[in-house]
Amino acid sequence: MSLCLQARQLACERDDRWLFQGLDLDIRSGEIVRIEGPNGSGKTSLLKILSGQLSDYQGELFWNGAAMNDAREHFLANLLYLGHAPGIKSGLSPLENLAWYQALSGESNEESSGANGHEEQRLDALERVGLAGFEDVPAGQLSAGQQRRVALARLTLTPRALWVLDEPFTAIDRHGVADLERQLVAHAQSGGCVLVTTHHELTASPLLRRIALG
Amino acid sequence: MIAVKATLVRDLTLLLRRRGEVLNPLVFFALVITLFPIAISPDPELLAVIAPGLLWVAALLAALLSLDSLFRSDYDDGSLEQLLLAPQPLAALSLAKVAVHWLLTGLPLALMAPVLGIMLALPAGSYAILALSLALGTASLSLIGAIGAALTVGLARGGVLLSLLVLPLYIPVLIFGAGAVQAAILGDGVAAHLAILGALLAASLMLAPWAIAASLRISING
Repeated sequence: MSLCLQARQLACERDDRWLFQGLDLDIRSGEIVRIEGPNGSGKTSLLKILSGQLSDYQGELFWNGAAMNDAREHFLANLLYLGHAPGIKSGLSPLENLAWYQALSGESNEESSGANGHEEQRLDALERVGLAGFEDVPAGQLSAGQQRRVALARLTLTPRALWVLDEPFTAIDRHGVADLERQLVAHAQSGGCVLVTTHHELTASPLLRRIALG
Repeated sequence: MIAVKATLVRDLTLLLRRRGEVLNPLVFFALVITLFPIAISPDPELLAVIAPGLLWVAALLAALLSLDSLFRSDYDDGSLEQLLLAPQPLAALSLAKVAVHWLLTGLPLALMAPVLGIMLALPAGSYAILALSLALGTASLSLIGAIGAALTVGLARGGVLLSLLVLPLYIPVLIFGAGAVQAAILGDGVAAHLAILGALLAASLMLAPWAIAASLRISING
């Protein structure tokens, strides 16, 4: 399925300062779009606008050609957003954290795999991000990088076409960064799209496109 | 709804692992009620007159105290953004969070109130009504309070503002809740009071989830 997120004449103002004005964007299947810019140039705001969290902007958003307000449900069902904060509860173990996200994503509605299948998927996702053996440790006792990895496990756990990732490489070690980069490329190659902000240099790839802010 | 159930389970697990937060309102309730006989007079006749009002006011304040944390930790660790971006209806998910708040605050307060009623020499025959009116009433309090908590979650010091926003809306619940206990003591019918408490609960059950969802959307925009 081909997907397309479009923005037309997007503008956002913060504290009497224009973060960006007249921004036109097209994000399609098979692309990795990297938003670049110095600190405070509005990268996170742009991602929040594009993922439908901020409504304080001018311009229009389209999802597969339909206005965002009409297509919001379909858009959310295809979106995986990872913000600055990892969204991991420190009082719960990685497995329990993922169980919530799995249920929230609605994947559990498919009866085919059953409860055991879901636990299996969560274990697999955790192993994939290198957290085998930490499944039942309270997330509060994990390091910042490990908590980030729990959040990244959602990329494998809940299949979504559009990934919006805000600084996903924060606190991740070099090995993990390489893994994640490969995962982004694989996702784009299989028809998904990735929207990412990072200060980390991404390896050049024909799928990579840059958008500079500020 | 699997997502709603998962949210219920998640919040229950989280709170049961942090018992202190659950016990705080209960301890506050017990402390306030213990102080009144000491400060006013141990005379059972005097205490019996003011007991229904005292118990209800103390329970209301205890419930109010615990509201600020309802969405706070979710806001801080980024789970709230994820909740808003879930393809499930936000109203249903926030209702699950409110249900957990009532189960671990309102319901224990209602169960504890009769015990504290003994300390205030509450006349016999009104204990069951006290617990029942509190159980019904605190459910409304949790629902209404959650709207305020959702509106103030983006503010660093939202506690006072939350009380100011929510207290006026609590007044009807307080009047009919304390009224029910008073009526039971006087031997009047309590059905009317309880029916109105039920009606308040039904109305808040219908309207509050949408208001909470809208308030959360506003807060996350800030």
